Amino acid sequence: MQSQAQYVLRTVEERGVRFVQFWFTDVLGRHKAFHVTPAELADALDDGMTFDGSAIDGFSRVQESDVLARPDLTTFQLLPWHAEGAGVASVFCDIVQIDGTPFDGCPRQQLRRVLAGAHERGYTFYVAPEIEYFYFHSLETSGAPVPVDRGSYFDLLPDDDASQLRRRTVLTLEEMGIGVEHAQHEDAPGQHEIDLRYTDALTMADTVMTVRHVIKELARQSGLAASFMPKPLSHEQGSGMHTHLSLWTEETNAFVGDGPYGLSTVAQQFIAGLVHHAAEITAITNQWVNSYKRLVPGHEAPVNSAWARFEPSALVRVPTVKTGRLESTRLEYRAPDPAANPYLAFAVILAAGLRGIEGGYELPAEGSSAAPLPRSLAEAVALMEGSALLHETLGEHLVTWFLRNKREEWASYRSEVTPFELERYLPLL
Amino acid sequence: MSIDIILCVPSCEGPVRKAFELTGVTAAVATSPRLNEIAALEGDDGFAGAVVDATTIAFTDAMSLCRQLRGRERAISPIILILDRYQMDELTFREDLFDDFVIAPADATELATRLRHRLRRAGHDGGASLIEQGGLTINLETYQASIAGRTLDLTYMEYELLRFLATNPNRVFTRETLLNRVWGYEYYGGARTVDVHVRRLRAKLGEEHAHLIQTVRSVGYKFGPNSNWSLGE
Repeated sequence: MQSQAQYVLRTVEERGVRFVQFWFTDVLGRHKAFHVTPAELADALDDGMTFDGSAIDGFSRVQESDVLARPDLTTFQLLPWHAEGAGVASVFCDIVQIDGTPFDGCPRQQLRRVLAGAHERGYTFYVAPEIEYFYFHSLETSGAPVPVDRGSYFDLLPDDDASQLRRRTVLTLEEMGIGVEHAQHEDAPGQHEIDLRYTDALTMADTVMTVRHVIKELARQSGLAASFMPKPLSHEQGSGMHTHLSLWTEETNAFVGDGPYGLSTVAQQFIAGLVHHAAEITAITNQWVNSYKRLVPGHEAPVNSAWARFEPSALVRVPTVKTGRLESTRLEYRAPDPAANPYLAFAVILAAGLRGIEGGYELPAEGSSAAPLPRSLAEAVALMEGSALLHETLGEHLVTWFLRNKREEWASYRSEVTPFELERYLPLL
Repeated sequence: MSIDIILCVPSCEGPVRKAFELTGVTAAVATSPRLNEIAALEGDDGFAGAVVDATTIAFTDAMSLCRQLRGRERAISPIILILDRYQMDELTFREDLFDDFVIAPADATELATRLRHRLRRAGHDGGASLIEQGGLTINLETYQASIAGRTLDLTYMEYELLRFLATNPNRVFTRETLLNRVWGYEYYGGARTVDVHVRRLRAKLGEEHAHLIQTVRSVGYKFGPNSNWSLGE
């Protein structure tokens, strides 16, 4: 710990860092930051930063409002787009109680807990998400957003701008040590995808936060805007965050075996756990009203709890493994969207899979649906409320707050009169 | 690592003694500026430096001692002077005779800081503070690493892993060993974490230097600045 602090302080001095951003996320996965000057840094590293949790959604009840953001120094990183000599660095924080005990409202802490539980059983959980998003000309909400690469008549920008921007983003991520497997244009106009190389789930949750920030920041610098909204355009495919999963014991992939498609019993039970609990965890992996506009038939998004080898609308897919690359055996969970809180999403996905292993769940037939996925946030929230798995995994504090927040979101959506209704009914009725 | 012995003329009392304790060096006290007395104190490793108090011996004797210490076969460096303020003018044109000075009464912390600093600069800090391997430079004092002159932005664990590998070039380490030696504690990441960090380091080193960290199939990794390389996964 001492040498880590030394490393951070010395690097700040050597590299002319002017601000260190203490990064953390609220329950909904929104990215928050304190900006700490070098003069304050030594104290802040030792003691953390106190803040009023009730000022930020999701943190703390009124009676315990002060909490502490404590930096995880292993995550200290210079942000490459700031100029040398006026540098900015970031470090992820855990939120703890003033007395230093874990705080249940901290998503990073919750993921840590689930990972520690898996670790006790000898498992390490690795994930690799594919992050889809859109580049728009702006995020003005007065009309439908305009994708950047549908060359329309008044466009000043050549069609290629988005691809160049995406390439620059990938290079920046690589510079930050974030491994990108590949990046590509997606189906919808303006839609792009960046596939990340696997890491352990905690590192990856941090990475997803960083990647979202970098994508948005570089788009902004180019005078464009990026959005992770799950379904921004009515008649186009939405943005998902298909997540590849594997469990390891020591240096062995625990999913490799001699069952169907080269899967071990552990892998089959993990799939069974996912399929069985999918509907309950969907409120976490797809947490917005808008998320459910993506989970509709016809756009390769899952609508049922089924697993399959190839079927692109399956919830769990078993990707083909190249000959001689058995260690890359993995599952792909296709429900999550990139607007989820990655800490909580990875936590509940792992918890669902582990439940399957512990309970010795039977793998259902390929392609058969265990249950439909919820069709709206209201359905998802109702399923979450009744879920013992979620209450145990995330704790009462977080679940209670989340349910209350999401019911409010649904209530205000429900009372809204939409353009759909006006267009369809006003002239007619 | 042996403890550095510092020649101290003509005494080692009070703040000077304290400064030596703070620095972690041993004093060899010569009560007079005579070279044969000094030579008699000298061990096989010689002196790592000298502190000469020009306020308690004649200033000209002090200067001539410095000249002799510099001029002899086993030249002593660094030399630090303790001076009265009024003697500073006398230093003009004698800059080559000493490396640093403090004003009497010497402040123990100041003297210790200057001593440590000068010992470092002279390479008497008990080990090299720079690792240089195949275009990679790691400054162990400032924790900064650079490749072909380009500074690398590393996280702490990336830095530690790179430092460990570069300190032991051409030796193969298993993932398990690296986890124990570099991470040194129970870590949720498991052995694959090493792969993840190697992948990150290679990305930061850039394409033409990524081969510095080599994958040794079904064993682990090694740092190899010169040997034939492969980038197997």
